[in-house]
Amino acid sequence: MDLVKLQRQLVDYRDSLYHECFLDEQFTQLQELQDENNPDFVVEVVSLFFEDSERLLNELTKALEQQSIDFKRVDAHVHQLKGSSSSIGAQRVQKSCIAFRNYCEEQNVEGCLTCLQLVRQEYYLVKSKLEALFKLEQQILSAGGSIPI
Amino acid sequence: MKSKAKHYSRIKCQQWGSPVYYISFLLFKTKFHPVSGILLEMAVNGAVTWLRRAGEMDGYGLSASDTEEVHVLAVDDSQVDRKVIERLLKITSCKVTAVDSGRRALQFLGLDDEKEASNGFDGLKVDLIITDYCMPGMTGYELLKKVKESSVFREIPVVIMSSENVITRIDRCLEEGAEDFIVKPVKLSDVKRIIDCMMTDLREGGGGRRGINKRKLRDDGEDRSSSSPPSTLSSSSSSTAPCSPTTVDSPTRRLKMTSFEEHVFSNKK
Repeated sequence: MDLVKLQRQLVDYRDSLYHECFLDEQFTQLQELQDENNPDFVVEVVSLFFEDSERLLNELTKALEQQSIDFKRVDAHVHQLKGSSSSIGAQRVQKSCIAFRNYCEEQNVEGCLTCLQLVRQEYYLVKSKLEALFKLEQQILSAGGSIPI
Repeated sequence: MKSKAKHYSRIKCQQWGSPVYYISFLLFKTKFHPVSGILLEMAVNGAVTWLRRAGEMDGYGLSASDTEEVHVLAVDDSQVDRKVIERLLKITSCKVTAVDSGRRALQFLGLDDEKEASNGFDGLKVDLIITDYCMPGMTGYELLKKVKESSVFREIPVVIMSSENVITRIDRCLEEGAEDFIVKPVKLSDVKRIIDCMMTDLREGGGGRRGINKRKLRDDGEDRSSSSPPSTLSSSSSSTAPCSPTTVDSPTRRLKMTSFEEHVFSNKK
């Protein structure tokens, strides 16, 4: 594909992610921390986020399956997920965690289960979006171009 | 418009030991701090130090650690956050040791098991500790207390980071001796501000360090879709005086609140 077209596609796609609140300015901040000496910084941080999130989603699923739910533990996991999503700018995941924590505080099982579903959904959405974004970036780099700011 | 004194607030640690630098700096001081007299004497004698723990320095000959960057001990249980803070600090020309718990931080300092470090410091000295508040096991607050209780390490500035903007928490940390409190997510401007303030503080003797406690306040759940202007990555210090009371880097950055504001915020969780 034409390099210019690819670059345009990337810019449009990335803009849409901000517009739809999948990403916020913290993601921009991460991109600004990347340079020629640290060209994979964003991918590395985001990979850690994926790793953390999947682990936490598993923990949450297990914790909410218990006979007697330890809401403190559930809350602790959600807090962690909220933190890491905030640190990479995954705004919708972060916001869904806030709602989740409220249900934990109320010890509302149904609420928690619904939120878990929502958080999981948001996570997998942003994951696929980010992977698509990185793929576009890779295509541009492979075509010898640079990633537009 | 930067004064000459301001120029020295850049992170150029290799210049720290220079007596010429000390004397030049002191010429621009308008306030004579009691410690400055000591600094001047030290500068004149050629025995210079910016840090009150003078162990490693021998006269004018700078030891290896003095020509190195500021060494920051970063403490956070989240691997995502550790990676980010590490990068932020490296961009700000700091050397970073990142650990995942308060326990490990104490071990690194040689303060674990309530034992005081025997000789001050062997190995790398730490110039700043930046720690997350909410951590399993030992919280950042507990780590702060341990550091401040230590006769050897209590002068090390400690900065707390938290995703939660809780006034009582912030106050508690500041009262316990925290230098500053950053609400996460941490940005480059936060780190630059911290490092700049730290440098200025050390230069001015550090005794009155609680002069200005700045907090970054941001409501959880607030719509942050409006992006702030991208911070520049140039290594120049921020364009506004780092510790000036009127500095506002972004709309969310505020000073210690007035009692009215405290009242308002204490009603929100």
